[in-house]
Parts: sequence; structure tokens; C-alpha cells
Amino acid sequence: MAYEATFGDVLRSQGVSRRAFLKFCSTTASLLALPAGTATAMAEALSETRRPSVIWLSFQECTGCTEALTRSHAPTIENLMFNFISLDYHHTLQAAAGEAAEHAREEAERENAGKYLVLVDGSVPMLEYCSTVAGISNKAMLEDACTNAAAVINIGTCSAYGGIPVAKPNPTQAVPVGHIIKDKPIVNVPGCPPMPLAITGVIAQYLTLGKLPELDHLGRPVAFFGENIHDRCYRRPFYDRGQFAETFDDEGARKGWCLYKLGCKAPVTYNACAHLKWNNGVSFPIQSGHGCLGCSEPGFWDMGGVYESVATGKFGDGTRLGAAALAGAALGAGAAVLARRKKAHVHEEDAG
Amino acid sequence: MSLLEFARGPAIHASLIILVAGIFLRLLGVLVLTRGADLSRPRDAFGNFKGYRTVFSRAWPSSEFTTTTIYQTVMAYVFHISTLLVVVAIVPHIEFITSLTGLSWPGLPNFIGVALGTIALASLIALILRRLSNPAVYNSTLGDYVTWIIVALPLLTGLMAFAHVGLRYETMLALHILSAALLFAYMPFSKLMHAFWFIFSRAQSGLAYAHKGVRI
Ligand code: SF4
Ligand code: SF4
Repeated sequence: MAYEATFGDVLRSQGVSRRAFLKFCSTTASLLALPAGTATAMAEALSETRRPSVIWLSFQECTGCTEALTRSHAPTIENLMFNFISLDYHHTLQAAAGEAAEHAREEAERENAGKYLVLVDGSVPMLEYCSTVAGISNKAMLEDACTNAAAVINIGTCSAYGGIPVAKPNPTQAVPVGHIIKDKPIVNVPGCPPMPLAITGVIAQYLTLGKLPELDHLGRPVAFFGENIHDRCYRRPFYDRGQFAETFDDEGARKGWCLYKLGCKAPVTYNACAHLKWNNGVSFPIQSGHGCLGCSEPGFWDMGGVYESVATGKFGDGTRLGAAALAGAALGAGAAVLARRKKAHVHEEDAG
Repeated sequence: MSLLEFARGPAIHASLIILVAGIFLRLLGVLVLTRGADLSRPRDAFGNFKGYRTVFSRAWPSSEFTTTTIYQTVMAYVFHISTLLVVVAIVPHIEFITSLTGLSWPGLPNFIGVALGTIALASLIALILRRLSNPAVYNSTLGDYVTWIIVALPLLTGLMAFAHVGLRYETMLALHILSAALLFAYMPFSKLMHAFWFIFSRAQSGLAYAHKGVRI
């Protein structure tokens, strides 16, 4: 049998130093709140790991999630790990095409029954003809791939909660993976796109400790989605002092004041953006001057306008309120007139 | 649909519809009933003017009663003013009103909002304590206590949401909006209508007394 490279081999061949790798492991371990000492064990276990079988299914998606993971400038450990695990079947990245590709998937499923992970990006249309791969509908492929899977990891908001395809009017009748797969452990790593470290963190934990992370009520790893961005935002002092940017180019915006009035959804959003940041810790959306869109939350696309603040009522305009005023007035006046008539009538009777 | 979506969508919408319709229903339902003018010659030629003056002069008890009523008068003022400020002067509320009416004005810093909300809640508690300790004076009904709770809830949940304590923020925010929705829907059909009635009832008493020549 041909020698199968370990993750350690991959890292060495890419010139990643042991020091950098240990740093990655200790960051991941501390983010996952694993006990001290786990980092070294994780590093050992990870570098000994042979390629685990991962089937990556892409359904109704924009490939942004894959892009986020693979298009960083330097070959980060995140994307090396991603390359390492995703060789069996990945629509976008695999070399094989057509029937050969589908055979690869079936073979991987058979050979690793009960052990492989299914990673999904994209939502699944219930109007099955809306999205097919090699003539197989997304729903059928998902059900088939999950039959013998150990667990499912939803990469991105679309597979976790439906994301953009589910946005009204949801023309393809899209649903998240969890609506179809009910009998497997599912980890949601939402985000549009999700944070690369959150994806690799979950996978690293599974590869080294053999278990999935602790999840919140929306199926997200608490380690990455346990904190409210607004609670972690460095602009929070401006929020507390009531200093808000009113437009994107006013003085407040230039001074880095709070973006609440410009529609920042962070007060109702849980993600690691504010403390882990993007692009290897360079920055994150709020730091670059734009409010959070709430991309890691269910239904974020229908949460109201991007520039509407969290406090906005979500019921269109005040037309019905005007109608209610008229109806109330008519009813009140009507009732009073009736009461007057009745009283007048009683008076007449008394008099007569 | 999440709790927050329900709260700031259909729930608050329905409650506002009930609020607006209810206020007009009650206002017209009573005002259309008013009797015609008293045809007798007024004892005081300035009767009308004095009647309107009463709307303001009754805003503070007569000097004879100052000592006995000072506690609830002061507390009630503190409560009404701080609540009003919290309702119209903190940024999230202004944002909500702006989304509804297009009007906007500068808000107070959040820490002042928290202080005002706390003062409002504390004075409301001070008022209920007096009511509880003087049953004979107040002769309270169940409705009075229900009303107190319905008024206290938005203050409590709002403070908690604003200060990010208690449940997760989106849940606290949803509870806050729901409690406000309950208040809106309840308001027209309860004693809380005094927000409108106080003007008419004071003016009416002022007019009636002035007409008869009573010194007011
Ligand atoms: S910019 Fe957004 S996250 Fe930061 S303090 Fe303002 S509302 Fe909160
Ligand atoms: S700041 Fe908000 S919208 Fe932007 S990536 Fe993070 S969670 Fe998504």
C-alpha cells in the first residue's frame, strides 16, 4: 500500500515550522477551552494524523466559504489543514470530474463507513430540480452521503440555517441541512463566510480528541460562538457614551464611533469576529468601519435592512396604524351616538 | 420565527394598532357623550379661562394638603418625568420612533438612560410600597396591581436589556418589546388612559366650579 502522508508531513513539506504549528495548536486548544497541556498532545496527534476521509458537499452556495478558507495570502495552517482533509470529494477543489468524481465519493463512503465526516456548504432546495450535481439532486446526495457518516459539519450559514437562499421569497424552497438529516450529530459553523479558525478548530478537535465540541442552542460551537460581538467590540465605549456615527463619512465615522445607528447587528450576533478577527487577526468588519450584518445568525438576510438599526420595528410602514386610528374613532363616536340616543329615548319615556 | 422577530414584527405592530384604535375609541366614545353647555348665567365671567387654568394649577396639591401628600406627589413626579425621558430620549427608542414616523432628535448617553430607568423603577416601587402600606387610603383593586406590573415590566426588562445583564441580549430585547406591546395594548382600556383624561377631567372640574363661582 502506498505511504499515506500524515498532516505532519504536509506541514513539513510546506515549510511550516514546528513552532508555528505549536502556536496554532495552543490557540485552538485555548479557544476550545481545553485543559492546559492539550496543545502539545493535540500537536502530536495532529501531525500523526493520516488523511481522514471527508466528503465536502456544495449545494446552493456561492463558494465564499471555501474561498474564505483557501484564499488567504500565505499558506496558513488553516488552509493547509483544509487541503489535507478535503481530498476525497470537494466539488470545487478536486481534480477529478464527472463520473470519476462521483465514484470517488461513493468509494470514500464505502471504505470509511461510519468514520468519515460530511462537510456541507450551501442550502438544500426542496424543489429538487433547482440544484443537481451529476444529475443527482442535492437532497438525494445529502441523504446518501450521510447514511454512513460519523457526523455532519455545516460550513457557513446557508447549510446551517438556510442563509441567503432561504431569504424571502425563498424561490427554491431551500432548507438547512438539519431539516433533512435528523439522526447524525450536526455541528453548525455559521458565518457568511465562517471564520476559518472556527472551521479548523472544530475539525482539529475531532481529529485529535475524537469528539465534537460543546454546542449552543443553535448548534454552534460555544468556543467560537459563545460571545456577543457587541460585548467584545472595541467601539463599545462610544456606544455607552452615546457617540454614534450618523453616516459613513461624518466626523463620528472618522473618529471611529459606534455604528449602531448605521445598522450594526452585533448586539444580536454571536461570533468570534471581534476577538479573533479576520485575515490572520488583521481586522474585522466593524474595525474597517461597517456595522455587523449578523451573518452567523439564523435568518440574517431577512432581519431587516442592512442599514436599519437593531431597534427598528419590523412591520413595514404606519398605514395600518392610520387605519386603526380612523376605525377606533368611528367606533368610539358610533358607540357614543348610540348611547346618547338610548338616553334620549329613556328620557322621553320617563317624560311620557 | 425567533422570539425577537415575533416581538418586533407582528407583536409590536398589533399592539400599536390596538393602542391607536383604543385611544381614539375611548376618547371619542366619551367626548361625544359630553353634555351641552350649562345654560345658566355663570357666576364668574372668567369661568372658561379658569377652567383651563385648572389643568395646570391642579398639577400640584393645594397648600393645605402639601404635607400629607408630599411623598406620593414627589415620587409620582420623579416617576413620570424619568419614564417620559427614558421613553423618548434614549437612542434605541428614538431609532424605533424614527422608523415609524421619520422624526429624529439627539438622544441621551446610555449611562444616563440606565440611571433614569433605575430612578423610574425605584420610584414606581416606592409608590407601590405606599399603596400596600395604606390599604384604607387607596382602596386598591386587582386592576391597580395588574397595571403596576404591566408598567413595571418594560422598565425592568428594558434596563436589563440595555445593560446587557440577565438572559442573552436578543431574548431580553424580545421580552422588553413584548412587555411594551402588552403595555400598549392594555393602556387604552385601563387607568393608564389618565395620560389623556387628566386634561379633560381637570378642565371639566375647573369649568364646573368656576361656573358656580367656587374659588379655585
Ligand atoms: S459598532 Fe456595533 S458592536 Fe460595536 S459597540 Fe456599536 S453596536 Fe456594538
Ligand atoms: S462582523 Fe458580523 S456580519 Fe461581519 S463576519 Fe462577523 S458576524 Fe458576520
